[in-house]
Amino acid sequence: MVVAVIPYSMDDMKEMLEYMGVSSWEELFIDIPTVARKDGINIPSMDEYELYRHAKELADKNKDFFHMPNFLGAGVYFHFVPPAVLELSARSEFYTSYTPYQAEISQGMLQVLFEYQSLIAELTGMDVANSSMYDASTSLGEAARMANRINRRKEILVPENLHWEKESVLKNYIAGLGMKIKKYPLNDKGMIDLEALSSMITKDTAAVYAENPNFFGIIDENVTRIKEIIGDTIFIVGVTPLSLALLKPPGEYGADIVIGEGQILGNPISFGGPLLGIFATKMKYVRKMPGRLIGMTRDAEGHRAFTMTLQTREQHIRRGKATSNICSNEALCALMSTLYVAYLGSNGLKEVAKKNMDNTKKLMDMLKSEGFSAPHFNAPHFNEFLLDLPKNPHLVNKALIAKGVQGGYPINEGCFRGIGHAMLLCTTEMHREEDMRKLVESLKEVL
Amino acid sequence: MYRQARYDEPLLNEMHSTEKKDIDANVPTILKRENLELPNIPEYEVVRHYTRLSQMNYAVDINTYPLGSCTMKYNPKLNEEIARMFLYLHPYQDESTVQGALQIMYELQEMLKEITDMDAFTLQPAAGAHGEFTGMLLVRAYHEFREELEKRRNVLVPDSAHGTNPASAAMAGFNVIEIPSNKEGMVDIDALEAATDESTAAFMITNPNTLGIFEEDILEIAHIMHKNGALLYYDGANLNAIMGITSPGKMNFDIVHLNLHKTFSAPHGGGGPGSGPVGVRGDLVDFLPVPIVNYDGEKYFLDYNVKHSIGKVRSFYGNFGVLVKAWAYIKRLGGEGLKNAAIRAVVNSNYLKERIKEHYELPYKELRKHEFVVKPKNATALDVAKRLLDFGVHAPTIYFPLIVHEALMIEPTETESKENLDRFADIMIKIAKEADEAPEILHEAPHNTSIRRVDDVLANRKPVLTWKMYMEMKEKGEIDY
Ligand SMILES: Cc1ncc(COP(=O)(O)O)c(C=O)c1O
Repeated sequence: MVVAVIPYSMDDMKEMLEYMGVSSWEELFIDIPTVARKDGINIPSMDEYELYRHAKELADKNKDFFHMPNFLGAGVYFHFVPPAVLELSARSEFYTSYTPYQAEISQGMLQVLFEYQSLIAELTGMDVANSSMYDASTSLGEAARMANRINRRKEILVPENLHWEKESVLKNYIAGLGMKIKKYPLNDKGMIDLEALSSMITKDTAAVYAENPNFFGIIDENVTRIKEIIGDTIFIVGVTPLSLALLKPPGEYGADIVIGEGQILGNPISFGGPLLGIFATKMKYVRKMPGRLIGMTRDAEGHRAFTMTLQTREQHIRRGKATSNICSNEALCALMSTLYVAYLGSNGLKEVAKKNMDNTKKLMDMLKSEGFSAPHFNAPHFNEFLLDLPKNPHLVNKALIAKGVQGGYPINEGCFRGIGHAMLLCTTEMHREEDMRKLVESLKEVL
Repeated sequence: MYRQARYDEPLLNEMHSTEKKDIDANVPTILKRENLELPNIPEYEVVRHYTRLSQMNYAVDINTYPLGSCTMKYNPKLNEEIARMFLYLHPYQDESTVQGALQIMYELQEMLKEITDMDAFTLQPAAGAHGEFTGMLLVRAYHEFREELEKRRNVLVPDSAHGTNPASAAMAGFNVIEIPSNKEGMVDIDALEAATDESTAAFMITNPNTLGIFEEDILEIAHIMHKNGALLYYDGANLNAIMGITSPGKMNFDIVHLNLHKTFSAPHGGGGPGSGPVGVRGDLVDFLPVPIVNYDGEKYFLDYNVKHSIGKVRSFYGNFGVLVKAWAYIKRLGGEGLKNAAIRAVVNSNYLKERIKEHYELPYKELRKHEFVVKPKNATALDVAKRLLDFGVHAPTIYFPLIVHEALMIEPTETESKENLDRFADIMIKIAKEADEAPEILHEAPHNTSIRRVDDVLANRKPVLTWKMYMEMKEKGEIDY
């Protein structure tokens, strides 16, 4: 053992027990029934250095993005997190604070979160955003619940290519309301089949959910036509926030609620968590929305100030009747997204978004020129696209791993109408031409 | 004397922006974005802006943060360093390329089982409340499987429960029934017995409860639930008080969620991310979300083979970055260290209670665990809280639990020395005296923070929630700040 430091001390306990007139700490636990006692915890301790080495060894067993080209997306993405973002988020004034219950001593975090709400509102074209949900899938669940709160209807329509994980989360979130999920089809371009969708709208339809870009990476211009078809049914749009640097914000085509995965903006992928659920809506629905809101006000001297507001929606006040049970949220991830957007600005954000589109196009072109069937759908793509495969994508991925490349997200035959064996390949601004070349060459070898 | 930094810090969009560039990308015309109102600011200005904001933010790394029910213990830096070793892994990577990450998750599951005496854990839930919701989905699935969900419509919670408990039960579709506390500050067993029958799905409770009082009748409570076919749910927010001394399993709980950001020292991140693993016993194992992490003797793998799984409660496997920090904390302290943390937390809390109990009212019985609830004799909880800030310490949780009017809920945690506790007690005593002698000081507090007392009523009456709303309202003359 090098040094056995633990993060607290038992030193001055004797004096404290004496002050209390207690002979030993055990007296403070006499209210615990003897039959419920536990005889310690059987876990060995490690000193700091030993543990550091051990963790490093475990980390070295992984192959991260920098040690193996990786073409996975499907909800979370490898984007570069600028050092300024990482460093500032590591300021312990931020990360060792908690929910800013005492506004006067927490103006820093409150202003950051106000800025976050503002920039999400700007990106999505909505009036108001909350200061975070857990991830995109739980944002979707909460959005469906909110739609039901608004119109009391019981059915949500989702695209047939909704990721199964999101569908499962959604199902769990609405089970208690007795709501049901129905799927609407895509057309042969991989875009929303507007006629089919239109025919599925009934007086029971609480909400229509659409993604842009969708799960297959397709930029779907049909989303702009949905609101006129569905009328007062709640229109929920799922976005990839980075794409909104280039794409029309959903607020401009009638969205009532916008959700998305905020990890994309400045948060490391971190094996799928923590993530950041984006949630934005119209001002007229603000009192129906879930999650924490930061508002601007003034202090006793008239200075501008920030504070948590409209809290009567929340569980600590409304309890069983709250709009959501959420308490701890993803504030630090929201902070990182704020830093990221502040750092890049509108120019940087557009450039990164364009680079993402360009890289996707580049990989699609490289595959095409080598005779692959990519993309499966002939449409503009963002980040991702479907590559058709002659055999089981899991086997292809295994073979690729042996070549030192992580392929895309496997799409099993029969999973989606009209699609056989396939994989969803993803590139971002982080993928270099040589990484793509390595993928294409390896694919050629293993197929 | 304490003085928090104060800058008249502009909003990001009020900062000077360099010229905006037009960048043309190949997107369908109908979907082209026309305008993006975000400023372009050089890196050094961005860094200064947020560094200054950080200086206007109180944190555990600055001083005592006795926010009851939140376990604001010190967060060892080693945890952060270790978490940074795992930033660029994708959750769908081939298992052979993430063995280290999976090993950490597996070991964490195993360690949490050992700490709680439960049979299996899911690490998926993103926070405590999310764990509760997951637990309630498990309750649903369990009763549904036994074809009893139709009749088991009620979830019981004590009147001292945290707001997330009734909210989570309601979200999962249950009716919520409140059970009163007795004069000792514990669940009224007779009322509980009377309310429990075939319509009961579960009882949710935290132990020690939100008053910091250990529910001595916990085994009787478990018996009442089980003989009625209902489940007993443990809100693990207060596990810090009892680690190594008792456990949810020993108390006969069926489902438990833990708050890794409380008990296991993952930092609170200004409000999150947290992590709320859920542990279960017996038959309930078959309903857990997928995947859980397993080990076949050679390699770790994601196990989707859970017989009656409820599916997923969020994408992927949980807040991995937070899991790593909790793993590091538990590994470093070991069982002995965890038990000592619990002991020290309880000693600290009782010591602080003894130091101030002459000056504040202490409702209910005396012996507390890791936290206690008092009320001011001659002031509002809000005024005391605001005055505390003037001395450079954070306020306790206020107005919770609801069964104590003007509640100040104080949880010092184990990472405070006697010296710190004495200092905090002295401040509390001084404030009690001020309340008698010069109450305006309290009404006008805080004085030494970046801003003076905020107008929350105004914030509610005129919601200003984005910079765009701010500009519009300012333009119309609706606000002058
Ligand atoms: C007693 C209790 N239960 C549940 C929760 C909810 O935990 P989280 O904020 O992680 O969702 C809290 C949080 O403060 C709590 O104090």
